[in-house]
Amino acid sequence: MIASSEVMNELSSGWFLEHAWLIPIIPAIGFAIIILFGKKLPMKGSEIGLISMLSSLALAGGAAMQWISRVNSGTEEQFIAPVVRTWNWWQIGGMKFTIGQSIDGLSVIVLVVVAFISTLVQLYSTEYLKGDRRYTHFFAALTLFSAGMLAMVVAEDTILFLLGWEIMGLCSFMLIGHWWEDGANSRAALKAFFTVRTGDMGLLIGISMLYFASNEWTTKELGVSGFSIRGISAWALSGEPNSRVILIAAIALFIAAIGKSGQFPLHTWLPDAMAGPTPVSSLLHSSTMVVAGVFLVSRLYPVFFTGFHILGSGGNFITIIGGITIVIAAALAFVQNDIKKVLAYSTVSQLGYMMLGLGAGAWMPAVFHIFTHAFFKACLFLGAGSISHSASHHSFDMKKDMGGLRKVMPITFTTWVISTLALCGVFPFSGFFSKDEIIDNVGHNGYQLFMIIGLIGAFMTAAYMTRATYLTFFGEARGASAGIHHDEHHDAHASAHDAHDSHDAHDAHATDHADQGPHESGWRITLPLVLLAILALGSGFLNAVPFGEKWERITKWVEPRHSEFAPELHHAPFTWSKAGLSLAIVFIGIALSWGISTMLYTRKDKRLVGLSERNRVLRAGYNLLINKYFLDVLYEKVIVKAIAGPIAAAAYWFNQNILDGILHAVARFSRVFSGWVYRNIDQRVVDGTVNNSGKATKGAGGVLAPVQSGKVSQYGALLFSAAAVAALVLVIINS
Amino acid sequence: MLVNQFLFLAALLFCIGVYGVIARKNAVLVLMSIELILNAVNLNFVAFALRNGNADGHTFALYIIAIAAAEVGVGLGLVLLIFRNRRTISLDDLSEMKG
Amino acid sequence: MVAQNIGFAIIAIIMVIGALRVVTTSNVVHAALWLVVVLAGAAAQYILLAAEFVAITQVLVYIGAVMVLFLFGTMLTRSRIGRDSGLNNSYAKLGIPVAVVLFVAMALALSKSFGTEKLPSDGSLVTTQQISDQIFGPYLLPFWALSFVLLAAVIGAIVLARKD
Repeated sequence: MIASSEVMNELSSGWFLEHAWLIPIIPAIGFAIIILFGKKLPMKGSEIGLISMLSSLALAGGAAMQWISRVNSGTEEQFIAPVVRTWNWWQIGGMKFTIGQSIDGLSVIVLVVVAFISTLVQLYSTEYLKGDRRYTHFFAALTLFSAGMLAMVVAEDTILFLLGWEIMGLCSFMLIGHWWEDGANSRAALKAFFTVRTGDMGLLIGISMLYFASNEWTTKELGVSGFSIRGISAWALSGEPNSRVILIAAIALFIAAIGKSGQFPLHTWLPDAMAGPTPVSSLLHSSTMVVAGVFLVSRLYPVFFTGFHILGSGGNFITIIGGITIVIAAALAFVQNDIKKVLAYSTVSQLGYMMLGLGAGAWMPAVFHIFTHAFFKACLFLGAGSISHSASHHSFDMKKDMGGLRKVMPITFTTWVISTLALCGVFPFSGFFSKDEIIDNVGHNGYQLFMIIGLIGAFMTAAYMTRATYLTFFGEARGASAGIHHDEHHDAHASAHDAHDSHDAHDAHATDHADQGPHESGWRITLPLVLLAILALGSGFLNAVPFGEKWERITKWVEPRHSEFAPELHHAPFTWSKAGLSLAIVFIGIALSWGISTMLYTRKDKRLVGLSERNRVLRAGYNLLINKYFLDVLYEKVIVKAIAGPIAAAAYWFNQNILDGILHAVARFSRVFSGWVYRNIDQRVVDGTVNNSGKATKGAGGVLAPVQSGKVSQYGALLFSAAAVAALVLVIINS
Repeated sequence: MLVNQFLFLAALLFCIGVYGVIARKNAVLVLMSIELILNAVNLNFVAFALRNGNADGHTFALYIIAIAAAEVGVGLGLVLLIFRNRRTISLDDLSEMKG
Repeated sequence: MVAQNIGFAIIAIIMVIGALRVVTTSNVVHAALWLVVVLAGAAAQYILLAAEFVAITQVLVYIGAVMVLFLFGTMLTRSRIGRDSGLNNSYAKLGIPVAVVLFVAMALALSKSFGTEKLPSDGSLVTTQQISDQIFGPYLLPFWALSFVLLAAVIGAIVLARKD
């Protein structure tokens, strides 16, 4: 490493930081135990999952404490070097691959979040999936998922990063398709897998490009390979790389992030992924796995910083994608009747905020938004699961089966409202401190247009969340929430749209609550909800910019200080006038949406009901939204057909014209030739001989007929035994 | 290491593969046995490459791997087609060649 | 040298057991998984034989691609997943003497030809570059032929397997 001239304090370290590599190993071992012995254990393997996640959480907590003291042991301006440990993995033809951990502030914060939410979700699942027929497999996949995510977070090199990334993709597939007997679920799983794979190509290309571009430099300057994330970061900031190479690598990596984090135009898989059980939606598809793409961008930030000239332009690839995603996903959330799909689109939109923040140089607010978003979005999803589990008879349809639930489910209602306010960014809930910071910094760094998009997004977020809250908890009780049982709605729904509504009606589960009305869920569901709601309320104060520098603890602990490994970033000075503007926008959104919801859903105002069918412009807009901008049609009907069709057509053409042509030519020639042979040789020469031998052949044929059974295996046996005997004879003769 | 230890291992694998080809009825299993045979041959090639000190054996091993991939692709295509037409992949039921 | 021999012995035993299970197990999926064991063992033997590139290719192509094909084939042809007693045909018994005779023949030939000849212990590593020089040098023609075979196989597989 290049030694800095200024005076450096010795940084402290500790056992937990040095052994952070244990954090992903524990759930990996837990997975193996569950898959091998889970079914024989008293709690069917769920206890192993819980124990391994709890120990990972404890280790992550220890690492966080020691990281904080490490930060405190350095000076204000000093770069806090990550705790790096590497081992040789394998070696081929002069290329050496290492595996190892690199723990810095970013890893620590994500480790804590992932371990914490995984633990809560596992606890929640023990109740939610009680009696499921693949209970053990569910916990195995959930634990493996955590192992993958944690491995990705601690990774020192891009190879281990890729490994964790792919494990998550696999687990996501397994968990979305958990109830695969239902065709819609397995379709959703396949869709998620293939869409994310499309993006994964980018990751592979990006990693390879970075390796070949940087390996020489990193080996010479830092003594690490071109797979090392530190090496790549330093290389990207060194001014060494060719600007076109690093631009292409950044684009390739960002495509991977688009796929994983459900950004436009590859966001279509994420709402369909709600086909999985609700705990899965909560853990994977809202709070942790989908932020892997955001994590990729923040981890290899120098590459994007240099590649896209962040801070040097008024807009780049990342901000454009992020901005588009915020608005289109929020718009889609308005037309959903399924509570989980509202939340799914909300997730897509919030991920857009994180991307926008990263693209506009607001690294710290974006990472802080990962942190806060994880808590309130997990809480919202688990709340939705709690409603479907205990009140709406396993339905997620807000219009048909919910409404008026605030009285019967007080805990779920309170936690939901707290998380909704956090999501909308109302002061002093956590979302305010992160989202507002993103918007503020985006404007401060010269991306004015995108700041306006961010504000529009905040308005839309407030409006659609108010609509969802109103439909779920206010108004009058409808359908299952009112105690009406209508089993037929499952089927009607399954065909109506992408259909995951019916999935919960499985096994003992369906009869479990059949004769009870709506009620509050058990403690294993409400405890996670309450914990998450407390964090949704309070976690913002860990980095409360409005109250001055003393409150910016996470910034101090997490943000890498400017050095050869980290670019120099500035923070927007906080002003209450700007925050007031965005708060006003949020309140207008809530009020407007509340008013319209009351008029539309409760009073059934004649002027509003059916407006989207009467007005042509609105109808066109509604159709566009309900069909999700026709992107699915584009992917499935147009692109897949355009690729698969011509291949089949070309093969057919080849078959018809070339192969058949050759065959016909050969056939014609052989007919002519055989005619000649027949006339000249056959008739005159052979016939005479054959006539005599015919009798002999006939006799032999009679003897050998049973051999010609037509069975391939018998022919094979005869062939090989003849070969064996012949070989033995040859060996004996030659010896 | 002896040359022969690898060659004997390959011979053993080859014979096991031959047994599989003869004994198995399920077409997919027959294809798997053929893979065993091909691997035995590959092992020989690589062992001889080390003995002779050149890379010819490696090259041919790679060619064989490629051919094996093609073979499995076409083979399974055939199996699929047979299954689609006959609803079975038991080789015993395919006796159109009966004389 | 001793370590190598021990390694060889362990891997060889695992491979032979795996191969025997492939041809005797009464479960198609298990057979596929045992085949993975054999193929991985073969890859390990290649590494013992200082053929790293072949080993990597073996893992990528065989364990990666070919095994997926097999599992797909098993699934698509709905061979019963689970025990299936009817996997052997009526000639299964004939296979044993044939295999034994073949092995005896080969064993005789091998022990006569190579006896106790040793592999060179200082054999230089064959680099990937050497292999590529071979492929794009003296063995270019087979490489072309192989490319055509692969192309034909791809088209053939599509033509065979497509639905209409």
